[in-house]
Amino acid sequence: MEGKKIRVLIAKPGLDGHDRGAKVVARALRDAGMEVIYTGLRQTPEQIVETAIQEDVDVIGLSILSGAHTHLFPKIMELLKENNIEDIVVIGGGVIPEEDIPELRKVGIAGIFTPGTDTHDIIKFIREKVK
Amino acid sequence: MLDKEEMKKIKQLKKEWENNVVQKTLERFPERKNKLVTGSGKEVERLYTPVNLEGSDYNKELNFPGQYPYTRGVQPTMYRGRFWTMRQYAGFGTAEESNKRYKYLLDQGQTGLSVAFDLPTQIGYDSDHTMSLGEVGKVGVAIDSLKDMEMLFNGIPLDKVSTSMTINAPATVLLAMYIAVAEKQGISPDKLKGTIQNDILKEYIARGTYIFPPAPSMRLITNIFEFCFKEMPLWNTISISGYHIREAGATAVQEVAFTLADGIAYVDAAIKIGLKVDDFAPRLSFFFNAHNDLLEEVAKFRAARRLWAKIMKERFGVKNEKSLMLRFHTQTAGCTLTAQQADNNIARVTIQALAAVLGGTQSLHTNSRDEALALPAEDSVRIALRTQQVLAYESGVTETVDPLAGSYYVETLTNEIEKQALEYIERIDKLGGVTQAIEKGFIQQEIQNSAYQYQKDIEEGKRIVVGVNKFKINEGSPKGLLKVNPEVGRKQIEELKKLKEERDNYKVKENLKLLEKAAKTDANLMPLILDCVKSYATLGEICDVLRSVFGEYKESVKL
Repeated sequence: MEGKKIRVLIAKPGLDGHDRGAKVVARALRDAGMEVIYTGLRQTPEQIVETAIQEDVDVIGLSILSGAHTHLFPKIMELLKENNIEDIVVIGGGVIPEEDIPELRKVGIAGIFTPGTDTHDIIKFIREKVK
Repeated sequence: MLDKEEMKKIKQLKKEWENNVVQKTLERFPERKNKLVTGSGKEVERLYTPVNLEGSDYNKELNFPGQYPYTRGVQPTMYRGRFWTMRQYAGFGTAEESNKRYKYLLDQGQTGLSVAFDLPTQIGYDSDHTMSLGEVGKVGVAIDSLKDMEMLFNGIPLDKVSTSMTINAPATVLLAMYIAVAEKQGISPDKLKGTIQNDILKEYIARGTYIFPPAPSMRLITNIFEFCFKEMPLWNTISISGYHIREAGATAVQEVAFTLADGIAYVDAAIKIGLKVDDFAPRLSFFFNAHNDLLEEVAKFRAARRLWAKIMKERFGVKNEKSLMLRFHTQTAGCTLTAQQADNNIARVTIQALAAVLGGTQSLHTNSRDEALALPAEDSVRIALRTQQVLAYESGVTETVDPLAGSYYVETLTNEIEKQALEYIERIDKLGGVTQAIEKGFIQQEIQNSAYQYQKDIEEGKRIVVGVNKFKINEGSPKGLLKVNPEVGRKQIEELKKLKEERDNYKVKENLKLLEKAAKTDANLMPLILDCVKSYATLGEICDVLRSVFGEYKESVKL
């Protein structure tokens, strides 16, 4: 798909207000030439999926540092399925213990990026997945 | 200070040293980098000498501890009299579990409590609200009503401990619950010691747990100032927080500048409703971050103290010397903790805690090694507390007051941070004050730029994070992390249902109606909220009433 920019939605589901990581990743992706939409705080899974549809994104990046990922990530994946947009690549980041990762993979989260991640790794991952 | 002749001589000798000695060394051993910088990215000179402090006036700029401008500390004897309060921020799951953790910490020699609430509580939702799903009990304890609060402090005599509560938008409600619990223990409000964070401006700037728009939020805050002046003389009515601003990516200068600018806004708001500055200012307290750069952080604390004293004196003309003193709590920097080789975090926390102590903190929280991964496990919290105890009892830095004063480097940094923070404050004044600067996104943008730069520096290898971009190893997944009981949410909801069946619902409704009526006037809402909580109205019910009158804040999103 020559010329078409990858479109990414960076979203903060739940009540967590820590948005440093989400904003840094958003800027890094933008500087890497992607179109980035950032939702702001306190998004419900329904709002995130709706925005993803409206903005016709290729990727959703979810950020949670509160521990609510075990509940909210699967919920969002469910809604994507219901709306037949499972082709969107979903990645997640935040304070996510390793033991939770297999479960998140199982529901379809393509990649989990924990503290200390280099943003270049995220950029590379997205470029490989979105073809 | 030195006389002119001596200064001239030092300047001349320094030049000779640079030309003859340093130059030769550099030819054989170049320095590690062309430009060496502080943790905040400010260039550091090779050597600091009396020349950097030329023209400075000891009596004016430093003076003695306990004396204006308090650069050297707010108390005359500092830790020779009493150590700082060792106060670990804790709370998770149900009130019952958190109560157990508090008792454990007190048994281990902790000297004050610090309550972490879960996000629904911080945003004024009950555990059964749809937005609360998955969040109940996760980052702190879930409190829905006075009943939970009674359990939280069960068996802890509230006249014997001081309690800090990290609660902002619904601070009035949680303070009311604390007063009600104390009353049941037979303790009157004037005996209670502690702090509520109650700092909404930094929620808009950096932390995100706001509910109402700025104007009604500022009103609730000044309601607390007024109420506490009359009823709770030992209570710190606000903890004006730079901590979260720094965590969001701010530099040391930005942390000082934005925090003190927030402080100015609170003082202005209170004066505007007719409070006398010397009535409430002595109970203002602050909360700062302790980051990695030891000497820059020490200078930051000293600069903040001096700048606040000057602001209170020159801008607000306070008379009471207690109004001039910047008293502060410190927490080590969560954002510096690494998930990789997590035990290395113990070393980071030690350096940061040392900075806080050398900077003259009044109380301290040390982070646990495993907090980049999960809430801290019990043994990790113990090590964190022991780190403070080693500093207090073994390091020796507590035996004299402000031991780094007079260091050419530390004093120069102190001067620079004060100067640059003041410049920021003047810029914010020009924008029309903090609220305007937040609404325009100015402060958020400044912080985001710093955060992005920090990340880029790490990725380009300009900033080394041990174990992350250098000295990496392959390691297994960490063991023994704390897992919050997934049943907490269900349990809270059941309890809530039971409460609503058992309480006097007529009385609850009446009290909520009175609160609604008062919210539409200029009345102080504290007494009405107190009545509500005593009748076991829930936090969510009370906040819903206020939401219906005040509306809700919408953030301005900028990238």
